[in-house]
Amino acid sequence: MEKVLLRNIDVADSHTLAVYQSRGGYRAWEKVLRTMTPAKLIEEVKESGLRGRGGAGFPTGMKWSFVPKDNPKPKYLICNADESEPGTFKDRLIIERDPHAIIEGTLIAAYAIQSHTAFIYIRGEFAFGAAMLERAVAEATEAGYIGENILGSGYDLDLIVHRGAGAYICGEETALLSSLEGSRGWPKLKPPFPATHGLFGCPTVVNNVETLAALPWIIDRGAAAYAAMGTEKSKGTKLFSVSGHIAKPGVYEVEMGYPFKKFLEADCGGVPHGRKLKGVIPGGASMPVLRADEIEKVNLDYESVQAAGSLLGSGGVIVMDESTCMVRAAWNIARFFAHESCGQCSPCREGCHWMEKVFHRIEQGRGEAGDLDLILNVSGNIMGNTICPFGDAAAMPAAAFIKKYGDEFEEHIRRKKCTVGDGASVSSSEFLVSS
Amino acid sequence: MALEFSSETYKKFEETVGRYPKKEAAMLPVLYLAQQEFGYLGPEAIAYVAQLMGQSPARVHGIVSFYTMLTMKPIGRYHIQVCRTLPCALKGSEKITSFIGKNLGIDVGQTSVNGRFTLSEVECLASCGTAPMMQINDDYYEDLTEEKVAAILESLK
Repeated sequence: MEKVLLRNIDVADSHTLAVYQSRGGYRAWEKVLRTMTPAKLIEEVKESGLRGRGGAGFPTGMKWSFVPKDNPKPKYLICNADESEPGTFKDRLIIERDPHAIIEGTLIAAYAIQSHTAFIYIRGEFAFGAAMLERAVAEATEAGYIGENILGSGYDLDLIVHRGAGAYICGEETALLSSLEGSRGWPKLKPPFPATHGLFGCPTVVNNVETLAALPWIIDRGAAAYAAMGTEKSKGTKLFSVSGHIAKPGVYEVEMGYPFKKFLEADCGGVPHGRKLKGVIPGGASMPVLRADEIEKVNLDYESVQAAGSLLGSGGVIVMDESTCMVRAAWNIARFFAHESCGQCSPCREGCHWMEKVFHRIEQGRGEAGDLDLILNVSGNIMGNTICPFGDAAAMPAAAFIKKYGDEFEEHIRRKKCTVGDGASVSSSEFLVSS
Repeated sequence: MALEFSSETYKKFEETVGRYPKKEAAMLPVLYLAQQEFGYLGPEAIAYVAQLMGQSPARVHGIVSFYTMLTMKPIGRYHIQVCRTLPCALKGSEKITSFIGKNLGIDVGQTSVNGRFTLSEVECLASCGTAPMMQINDDYYEDLTEEKVAAILESLK
């Protein structure tokens, strides 16, 4: 498989314009400006089959086509670099090692919707990443790829790197817009969708870093070359961030449809220390956990992971070996969502803290009969009852942990203590395993 | 005594606001400038930013209190933030946190008496492949061991 997204990162000084150009960088941007109309560009990306890599998997070309062409308001393109889904660290790698690929992708997407002001919204904690992007934007501006009358085409575009300030919810596109408007990162009700009523009420498209970084390759090599990779509905390649109890953690680029088990065992070296796999979260902490026996026939594409009862999400693969206490793992994730709920919708604001408290008391050996039903009830009342997907993201993993590892939870409640390892931590496995 | 920006920072403020299509969009970068200049965003700093941005102090307070990186209280010179989310927890972040606490003689949420260190636990910092990890001010420290952490703390003491 040819690498689309990680094609440059191992080259020395891959973050510089000179190296990026020497590897064909900005060739796609020139091609777009010189030979393609926005309509043709959108068609090309539709044909590539590229789907949004932020988690939802919505077709990128179609998302762009929802932007009205006759709207007199300014249009905005935003690169979502607010990578915060637990278990996901792929965007950070591209930001730090191949920032020009993100910039070129952002320019191409902005042109597709005829935006003249684009933003890269980067999570606040990525101070180094923001500095790399700022530097790369300055280089690209100096070289005439950004600014007024770009490469003599008559097309103008300003690109602003904007830092968030620490809030998971700002990765959700309407919360990101609220944040960029200078408010709390509160999601907005959809419809209307950002494509018609986005930043400051203007037509806006928000695309993930990984989605945008794939565009230069797609334009340079053609939609057909991209669509030739992957499965019927999940085209191309995808980045997977692999963490937890795994021999070789890291970011991997995989052709869609690659067998999950083979990936974990052959590519990532499997579970270390001779332990057995207990469970794996395939798409970041908001996605339902899968038991070891459930991944046997799963392939790494949207449809196959969904058929197995979870979702591909952001591709954040969190591996847990047999020494992991699933009660404590579930509590850890519930605590994350309780901490990050923006507080706008009652079911999520109240429910996330409630689930966290009940998981915690079970973990502490103070669980009561009926606690599991209580969590499932709360989770069920959050699902679908909030204005953004955060509620579902908190509810789904909570319910999945209980359903998949019911016996362990029951045992915890009955014996009032952990039955896995020493029960003192999420994992009793050797700490600080160096890989 | 009312707080205000130095003339140099005020210039940066004007440049920052000028970059954005609307003034209010510059709120976060302006709050960063204020936090850098004043150390933290207490009521006086919030009132000053509100006045600069043409908004009410209550609204600015609401924004500051929403984001974890904006702080309303003074913190130590080195803000140690250990990730506590699942991928780091699976690799022993809890032991790292308690090791730091013991080493510095403070609990999570506290600042050392000399004002040098504040210890916090934070949620996922997108460095899960090199867990456990922590952030001190702007820098990431990854693949932590107790030995590594001891050396890092020593270099900052």
